[in-house]
Amino acid sequence: MQPFSDLISYLESSSIADNIRENDLLFPLIESVHVLAICLVVGSILVVDLRLLGVASTRWPVGRVTGAILPLTWCAFVVAVASGGLMFISNATKYLGNGFFVAKMVLIGVAGLNMLTFHFVGASELPKWENDRRLPLPARLAGGVSILLWVAVVACGRWIGFTMQPG
Amino acid sequence: MVDAAVLSDFSKWLAATSLSHTIQTAGWIIPALQTIHILCVAVLFSSAVLVDLRIWRLLQRDVPLPDVGRRFLPLIWPVVAILLLTGALLIIGEPRRSLLNSTFYIKMALLAFALVLTGLLQWSLSAPGFWERDLGRRMAGRLAATASLLAWGGVIFAGRFIAYTQVG
Repeated sequence: MQPFSDLISYLESSSIADNIRENDLLFPLIESVHVLAICLVVGSILVVDLRLLGVASTRWPVGRVTGAILPLTWCAFVVAVASGGLMFISNATKYLGNGFFVAKMVLIGVAGLNMLTFHFVGASELPKWENDRRLPLPARLAGGVSILLWVAVVACGRWIGFTMQPG
Repeated sequence: MVDAAVLSDFSKWLAATSLSHTIQTAGWIIPALQTIHILCVAVLFSSAVLVDLRIWRLLQRDVPLPDVGRRFLPLIWPVVAILLLTGALLIIGEPRRSLLNSTFYIKMALLAFALVLTGLLQWSLSAPGFWERDLGRRMAGRLAATASLLAWGGVIFAGRFIAYTQVG
């Protein structure tokens, strides 16, 4: 793990990280952008998940809902990762030692796996059933699991703030 | 104008209630309330963004605007109820953090503006073609959509800044 810890200390001692630590306004600004982006990620994914569960947007085929919503989700996700990355490098060692931070990263990874599994396995016969209100079990499962994972991601994110003092 | 001393006394009284005491002493209640509060903001903000981007014709162009409005706007109101409830409990738990903080009042003003605008949008969208009748209407619609985006974004920024601007 030597290369990894070298990278961490390199990032932490970079001038960007230094600026974020020293400037009183920078961290709250980046954090606000992060919250805004996470809100869009979670809110837009919820639209897709509720369609998969057959709860909302049922008048529209699944492919049309994902086609309209997911580009927005991905844009917001990129902003969330960038802003989250900036907060991370400002205090990388402390974040890595925080259980809620590690849990949040794992949960985002699992949410990604859930999405990929649905995309490549669950949705392989999408055209057959995408107009149905009630979708096959794997699709409903993917939607339900996704909601639970993202709620947990938000909860972990909030708990990070209560279990570690930045600066 | 409410006197700062009155607000301070009210905060003290609120902080002494048994409900406030419970929220303060159980360490998990405030982060749990904040989590629910942020999830509500996520639903409200995303709904507003999806309708606003449709007004700008950047998203779901193939779906009529009133349909997009009907899908995303009516569900805002029950979520607003949960938002206000969790927000009120957070104030009761830490009254000084918000009631003696000007950022909190900026957030409330922005929220009120965003909610009125969202209500007006929802009402106007029930008339077919309301924002598409002529160039003036289209521009007005885009102006309203932009104002809505900025107001909701402002609510989120002000919300986060409450934590950094509280007085002692």
